[in-house]
Amino acid sequence: MHQSDKHSLGDIELFPVSITKKEYLGEDAYVLYFKKTFDFTPGQIIAISMTKDEPPRLYSISSSPKENEIAILFKVNHSGFLTPRLANLNKNDQMMVSKAFGSFYGTKNADYWIAAGTGIAPFISMQKFDLARNKTLIHGGREENSFYFSNLFQNTDGLKYIPCSSIMDKPPFYKGRLTEYLKNEDIDVNKSFFVCGKSEMVVQVRDILINRGVDYDQIIAEIYF
Amino acid sequence: MIKENLFGKTKEELQAIALELGLPKFNGSQWAEWMYKNNADSLEDMHNVSKKAKALIAEKYTIEKSKFSSVQESVDGTKKYLFHIRGEHFIEAAYIPDKDRATLCVSSQVGCKMGCLFCMTGKQGFQVNLSTGEILNQIYSLPEFDKLTNVVYMGMGEPFDNLNHVLKSIEILTADYGMAWSSKRITVSTIGIIPGMKTFLDKSKAHLAISLHSPFEEERKKIMPIENVFRLPQLINEIKSFEFGRQRRVSFEYIMFKDFNDTKKHVDQIARILNGINCRINLIRFHPIPGTPLLGSDEATIIKFQNELKKKGIVTTLRASRGEDIYAACGLLSTKELIKRKEEEDF
Repeated sequence: MHQSDKHSLGDIELFPVSITKKEYLGEDAYVLYFKKTFDFTPGQIIAISMTKDEPPRLYSISSSPKENEIAILFKVNHSGFLTPRLANLNKNDQMMVSKAFGSFYGTKNADYWIAAGTGIAPFISMQKFDLARNKTLIHGGREENSFYFSNLFQNTDGLKYIPCSSIMDKPPFYKGRLTEYLKNEDIDVNKSFFVCGKSEMVVQVRDILINRGVDYDQIIAEIYF
Repeated sequence: MIKENLFGKTKEELQAIALELGLPKFNGSQWAEWMYKNNADSLEDMHNVSKKAKALIAEKYTIEKSKFSSVQESVDGTKKYLFHIRGEHFIEAAYIPDKDRATLCVSSQVGCKMGCLFCMTGKQGFQVNLSTGEILNQIYSLPEFDKLTNVVYMGMGEPFDNLNHVLKSIEILTADYGMAWSSKRITVSTIGIIPGMKTFLDKSKAHLAISLHSPFEEERKKIMPIENVFRLPQLINEIKSFEFGRQRRVSFEYIMFKDFNDTKKHVDQIARILNGINCRINLIRFHPIPGTPLLGSDEATIIKFQNELKKKGIVTTLRASRGEDIYAACGLLSTKELIKRKEEEDF
């Protein structure tokens, strides 16, 4: 048996928090907020469950360490185990969370950020922590309202924001998937590429970048497990 | 009405179904023994179950196992079985005979979420978790079923990302009502999903294999994105805090990549981080997959690496390459099928 018998994720225990706010972004996407009681670094994740007896799921924090609340961006998967219940939470309801962990840390360098869907979450945290200057953010989505927090990025000084959609045919959108952008447009292969999203997207992006001459050392991936 | 498959349900679950149907609880135990001990393929095969009970069961339930859809055989005797899952997915199971052992490498997921740089399965992305029955079906429908001595969960997918079904399949393999195998004949491999690993260690007695591939956190991160989530030092600490006992084995898998993880510096660091763990290291030759920037270490480097580790007192084996001529590396066959099908769809 384990010497430690606590219910934990690794060394990190789950504990209850109360929801302070729920924000609906459209297209089944929400942001849940709860009071910040622990420190974290932008890019880190937390584990979430509804009760201490069920397996938690992992979510990137989308708020800044400078804020008083911790925010979690998620999209409802209607056949999923957790997100339909998270979407039903309201102010003062409780959920279980862990402290922050993981090491998908942003830098102050002129990196590329690449995200699709809710994979944008760690970059929201990094932007709010003043790490967006000199970055190029390539953001994949479909309909206009699936580009979560696009206003935030469009109005960030020093950030080049490239929303990519195969169906949007108007500025500022690049017409085509983000994988097409990466295949066909100019990219600086000597920079670092931070990629966040589902495994299919991350693997495809990584293959394209390697094919274009980016050293795999320079590709830092966060996959939504 | 779609009937639910009984194959893959544990004895406890079958007993609950028996009660739900108004039958005695022990009927569930009988069904379990027929399916898992006697490899019954249908209700009709269950000779001591009454006709009335069979009729009741058949209203809502079925027993379904599926045959492999194709097989490739290597010159070395290794066989790669391809199974069609739910009409639209493919999984692989590799049968590896070797002197007095016959090992089956089973899949636990269709595709994989982990995205390791060196893995072909990862290129499919994740599709679905296999059910307990779909995991067991790879074993029970194997033509060489009677010859099997070992099962390793090292095929497609990350077993601890589908923990409940993997644990239930191990229960059925080891239970008296099932195959009654010793847990020592089963090994589950993980890239280091720590919560799942802890649950597995507590709830099962099967062996554990960990995909290490680099003893340095920053280096491991470059080829295994999981390192951004569950860090190596934490993983090693968890292993050190667990009492494995004399019967249970933990091993570390280490694919040898040219100029990446095959230096003296790596030997020293492996010895440092594994100090205090009674374990072995399995060195694995890397056979490049399409599009990967990684290359396999040459034979001389691998042998030298193995000897250096042995000098440090670490039991180190070099896994024989098997089935190279049939793409026996996990994921190659099914990914080819997937790509073929997608190309067909595009046209």
